[in-house]
Amino acid sequence: MLRTFRIGGIHPPENKLSADKKITVLATPKQVIIPLSQHIGAPAQAVVKKGDPVKVGTLLAKAGGFVSANIHSSVSGKVNKIDNAIDSSGYKRPAIYIDVEGDEWEETIDRSDALVKECTLSSKEIVDKIAAAGIVGLGGATFPTQVKLMPPPGNKAEIIIINAVECEPYLTSDHSLMLEKSEQILVGVTLLMKAVHVNKAIIGIENNKPDAIALMQKQAVSYPGIEIMPLKVQYPQGGEKQLIDAVIRRQVKSGALPISAGAVVQNVGTAYAVYEAVQKNKPLFERVVTVTGKAVSNPSNFLVRMGTPISTLIEAAGGIPENTGKIIGGGPMMGKALISAEVPVTKGSSGVLLLTQEESVRKPMHDCIRCAKCVNVCPMGLNPTLLMNATEFKEWELAEKNYITDCIECGSCSYTCPANRPLLDYIRSGKGKVMGIIRARKS
Amino acid sequence: MILIAVISLGAIGAIGAVFLYAASKKFEVYEDPRIAQVQEVLPGANCGGCGYPGCGGFAAACVKADSLDGLLCPVGGAEVMGKVATILGKEAASAEPMIAVVRCNGTCEARPRTNRYDGVQSCSIASTLYGGETGCTFGCLGYGDCVSVCNFDAIHINPATGLAEVDEEKCTSCGACVKACPKNIIELRKKGPKSRRIFVSCVNKDKGGVAKKACANACIGCSKCQKECPFEAITIENNVAYIDYTKCRLCRKCVAVCPTGAIHELNFPPRKVEPKEAPASTPKVKEETNLK
Amino acid sequence: MENKLIVSPSPHIHGGDSISKNMYGVLIALVPAFLVSLYFFGLGALIVTVASVFFCVLFEYLIQKFLMKKEPTLYDGSAILTGVLLAFNLPSNLPIWIIAIGALAAIGIGKMSFGGLGNNIFNPALTGRIFLLISFPAQMTTWPIVDALNAFPMTYTDATTGATVLSLMNEGALDKLPAVSDMLVGNMGGSLGEVSALALILGLFYMLWKKIITWHIPVSVLATVFVFTGIMHLINPAQYADPFVHLLSGGLMLGAIFMATDYVTSPMSKSGMLVYGVGIGILTTVIRLFGSYPEGMSFAIFIMNGVTPLINSYMKPKHFGGK
Repeated sequence: MLRTFRIGGIHPPENKLSADKKITVLATPKQVIIPLSQHIGAPAQAVVKKGDPVKVGTLLAKAGGFVSANIHSSVSGKVNKIDNAIDSSGYKRPAIYIDVEGDEWEETIDRSDALVKECTLSSKEIVDKIAAAGIVGLGGATFPTQVKLMPPPGNKAEIIIINAVECEPYLTSDHSLMLEKSEQILVGVTLLMKAVHVNKAIIGIENNKPDAIALMQKQAVSYPGIEIMPLKVQYPQGGEKQLIDAVIRRQVKSGALPISAGAVVQNVGTAYAVYEAVQKNKPLFERVVTVTGKAVSNPSNFLVRMGTPISTLIEAAGGIPENTGKIIGGGPMMGKALISAEVPVTKGSSGVLLLTQEESVRKPMHDCIRCAKCVNVCPMGLNPTLLMNATEFKEWELAEKNYITDCIECGSCSYTCPANRPLLDYIRSGKGKVMGIIRARKS
Repeated sequence: MILIAVISLGAIGAIGAVFLYAASKKFEVYEDPRIAQVQEVLPGANCGGCGYPGCGGFAAACVKADSLDGLLCPVGGAEVMGKVATILGKEAASAEPMIAVVRCNGTCEARPRTNRYDGVQSCSIASTLYGGETGCTFGCLGYGDCVSVCNFDAIHINPATGLAEVDEEKCTSCGACVKACPKNIIELRKKGPKSRRIFVSCVNKDKGGVAKKACANACIGCSKCQKECPFEAITIENNVAYIDYTKCRLCRKCVAVCPTGAIHELNFPPRKVEPKEAPASTPKVKEETNLK
Repeated sequence: MENKLIVSPSPHIHGGDSISKNMYGVLIALVPAFLVSLYFFGLGALIVTVASVFFCVLFEYLIQKFLMKKEPTLYDGSAILTGVLLAFNLPSNLPIWIIAIGALAAIGIGKMSFGGLGNNIFNPALTGRIFLLISFPAQMTTWPIVDALNAFPMTYTDATTGATVLSLMNEGALDKLPAVSDMLVGNMGGSLGEVSALALILGLFYMLWKKIITWHIPVSVLATVFVFTGIMHLINPAQYADPFVHLLSGGLMLGAIFMATDYVTSPMSKSGMLVYGVGIGILTTVIRLFGSYPEGMSFAIFIMNGVTPLINSYMKPKHFGGK
């Protein structure tokens, strides 16, 4: 019996249209827009100014706090301006515009393809290199990686869990990366193990990627301490707490950090970025992005420089289909519907999904029939319909008592609801409200 | 037999009466009878506009307070506060009548839609995820959170403009809509003599060009009005003008100079310069030259 | 820009489940029991079912259209389902005017007075049945005798009537009970949908397979009745019947599988469902063995429907990371 997490879960159609596509390197665009806030936490502080020449890998902005990350140039050229750019929500946020000239890289970056296995650095040096390279969680949460590698006092990491489940339908960027860069990923995992002083790592892969499992298993033999664990396909297995439960059968307590269960979870893409940063001195300025959708003529996996407009990616995948209703940054369950295709690729962009008009429009909502299907699928063991009502009627105490702050916003409840109730819309808003109330109470 | 029944029932009744009397004495809670009297004259809408939990809470606060300064029922206004003052034998604080004002005039024509929102029709939910359906991320979303919190049916979304509009007759300035609006567009302003008011109907903090591109009616922060104002009532901060209603004398000079029509005047008689043609709320740009 | 991009909060896909899919799913699960009732009760079963569905749908339409002034939602199938379930709880020779009253009670009192589907406290079909049982006890408790050979040509209202298993048990006439095999297929007296345990269990498996319901409620009801009556049978076999007889008789199967599992009126958490099921089982057995009514299933479900909000507020789903 394959393992999976033990509470709730759904299995939406996988639709991995680009699963057999090799990673294609996308040409650099004429101009890139690099937002200063591509991660959770404080925005980075720009260290370049208008007119400055930059190379690929040049530091553009320094981390603006403990929970923040450096940002590097993804192209060579000149800083055109530092101005507001619309983000995926339509809000204007500061960003650095760079006009591209040629493709000149910083000399420190090792551009060869050779696999470097040896690493003599101490764990502190590894973490510092990761921080300098501006690496964040590449699964979409974009939490600065170095922060996760420094457990708060009183907690001891016992195991590294690598998230390679890619439970979101449609997305294949991690899958393609595992097929093409398996050894680099394994070296990256070894480095992560060294960074947090553990000798065990488990790479969890859902068993809808048998080729990746087979390849990784074959190569993991020569990397002591790394185990590949095929998992039963179940959404949201990529959720940190769900993955820990699935892999080591421990449930992180409400409100606690994953480290309290002794686990440090990293995305497989992050492991690859760690390899590149530590062994090749290459900061994080490009990533694999899946462009997909049923109406897309050529669903693909692209290696893209940060700051490339998403419209460029869609063009390369065959252009925007006629009846496109939504462009989603990320997967269909947790991704964000973009306000415009001119939004740039950032560190957290794992995919671009185009939905047709018909797929985009929600069906009319009905009264709750209390079928409890949302309760059955909730991976956190919550009662979504109760939480939605609590939010609607502003019963914040009731919502807090029923653990609204534990919601991971996976969307399983809304996906399942036969009455088409927008459960997550309400719960997300209520969760924000309750967290605000809790913060106010603490201070 | 009957006697036994009568006696036993009577005994039970007597014991019960004694018990109830003792309980009522022991657990008696004294409540100032004036609280009930005050509550009697309050509107009873429990809107919370006074800052207390409902009319009962407000009545208790009034009775407890040494003076009525700072205690105001926005719904009842001076009239009700006068009655409260007579009951309590205290001096009623004089209060200027206020009204809710929606500071956005980004109508459908002025502010073209760039997206279509298909989530829950709620401003607070939509605004946590998106800036809005238009290029302006500050303007009225039009999903009606203010409408649903209004206890007096005094605010509605006009389907023609997609904007919230206040019904002057019904608005009691309780402030519920001000709190409900996630974009902080609604403000309580002085109602003004004969309900005449002047205000900047825009809160867009973007730079002039950006704001103008998103909405033809936006305040672009050009500061013409500021220069024109003889009473220093206008300040410009974050690219948007604000008229301080305590200083404004309703001279209407700012309305005339505004190049985008972001400054609105309400309930004024038509101007002499331009008799019937111009509706009060949309001054024409050419007026600017006339007055100069 | 003509083609405006749509934005909305995640998730951006939906599983495609709908209220009507679930309602029609339950209806499909009821087909075997309906076929059995046609076989045993003939034309009467058809007339009662059609009449019940017709009146339920009619009253739902009229109330929504003229009293509640909103778009009628006939297509969600819930009124049809209420009609079928009500019919299955009626004897096959019930006059049509009584059925109409039952339908009015079911839809009008049981459902619409609370605000329509999703807001009712009590199972509408059950409300209708209990209303009829109390108002027309004679008509509601005389069941036509099943006679498979003569079933089809049998006339509607003049069918010979006889005692049911439960009334025999209530009278203490344990020696006159039919064979268990007959009870399994439904060759006995009773309301038209409740006679065949096999057909109902077939429906249960269909609903479990389609994930319309979970196993918790039916299994806990049946297990509780089995254990409780089993203990009583062991104590005094002369007075209390075999637990198998209890399981297969009366409305127990129909109630446990189709009535108690009604979404709206049953608890939401799995632990709550078990409490609810055990409650129904105990109440049913108590009424059957010690009460004056021969059958307690309807009342048991009805009472537990009323307790459901309480169960919901105490029995929370198993929380991730909790004990």
